[in-house]
Amino acid sequence: MITKRIIPCLDVKNGRVVKGVNFEGLGDVASPVALAEYYSRCGADELVFYDITASAEGRALFTDILCETARRVFIPLTVGGGINTVDDFDRVLKCGADKVSVNSGAIRDPALVEAAAKRYGDQCVVLSVDIKRVDGAFRVFAKGGRENTGMEAIGWIKRCVAMGAGEIVVNSIDTDGVKQGFDLEMLAAVCQAVSVPVIASGGAGRIEDFITLFQTLPQVDAGLAASIFHFGEVAIRDLKAAMAAAGIPARL
Amino acid sequence: MIAIIDYGVGNLFSLQSSFAALGVQAVATRDAAVIRSADRLILPGVGAFADAAEKLRATGMDTLVCDAAAAGKPLLGICLGMQLLFDTSYEYGVHKGLGLLRGSIRPIADVIPAGLKIPQIGWNALQIQKETPLFKYISNGDHVYFVHSYYAADCGDALAATVEYGAPLTAAVADGNVFGCQFHPEKSGDVGLSILRAFCETEVPA
Repeated sequence: MITKRIIPCLDVKNGRVVKGVNFEGLGDVASPVALAEYYSRCGADELVFYDITASAEGRALFTDILCETARRVFIPLTVGGGINTVDDFDRVLKCGADKVSVNSGAIRDPALVEAAAKRYGDQCVVLSVDIKRVDGAFRVFAKGGRENTGMEAIGWIKRCVAMGAGEIVVNSIDTDGVKQGFDLEMLAAVCQAVSVPVIASGGAGRIEDFITLFQTLPQVDAGLAASIFHFGEVAIRDLKAAMAAAGIPARL
Repeated sequence: MIAIIDYGVGNLFSLQSSFAALGVQAVATRDAAVIRSADRLILPGVGAFADAAEKLRATGMDTLVCDAAAAGKPLLGICLGMQLLFDTSYEYGVHKGLGLLRGSIRPIADVIPAGLKIPQIGWNALQIQKETPLFKYISNGDHVYFVHSYYAADCGDALAATVEYGAPLTAAVADGNVFGCQFHPEKSGDVGLSILRAFCETEVPA
């Protein structure tokens, strides 16, 4: 049985992990490389590096860190943030990334999804979508969730899958940071619409939220979270053990 | 020294990093002299079969790989590189592979139940079917990372491990000095590194 993936997301700015990190026994907790190694040892199935740097210097630093991580961590690496062109794909893939996640870049230029999928294969192109309910409809938001594009989310996702997006990260703005569980209603709607892997993001606060996610929606392939892992509120090892105990296929 | 065949398909950074982590010298190359002097060969690959097979032939790497295999040098094909070791692929048409292994590459959609996602992306357990030097350090049920829409069918005695994805699919093959992994050992954590280490310890011709 293919296992359900647990994916910590590291936001990297100017070469450091943002959002506080709180682990015992970890030296430089703000070092993305050290944190990636730590997560890999704990059983993370994949890592997302999200580049929230704005400057060119920061971007160069980010690729340096990515290379260093790929030299030491041998699990799949996905990179997101600031991906606007096929050249951006090239830049991070050369540093050892396996998949590249596009969000605002695809909204600005949907042809990017198609061009990247043609060059690197569908499996390489991850569409990340920030979704919020507006008057009861799922809307796509851009610029880190600050701007309503007015686009209907399910239609947007279907369109991107048709163009070659190989995986979808569904980030619910409505549940993000609330820590009351994933947005099951939104995720169910996406799973019903597409047949590519779906990664749930936004809302996890405890181990039980992941159990509920995978038990309620067996079509969801992975759960992604950031701060609950960084702050040690959820230990990946405990989460994996709890999944296995609940009969959810997990890599221990 | 290990030669990682660089014929313009896929990203070799992680593969090179894996060997570096194991302390083994490995070079990504398309230099015939370097490939001929290597003890062991890795044939990587991602993307479409026809395109990759064409690039192998265009760069002359096909002959070099087949010569090395015939000379008894250990050869490991990874992902599409494994599929290229076979006779024929039915991925968008009918295409000839290197013919080092009997069998054919077919869509997983032919054998898995409807409703399962294609490609298979993620970690799945190896079901070991026969002993091979490749599995020296790993156990039945260990998880490795897969990304594939096609699989090797009718591998006969070369079948070394399968993976359960609605149906048993070929996960690894071994026939004498020719080995193949459908999964990515360079992305499969310690289990994957152990498989690469075992490959580095396979016997080379005197």
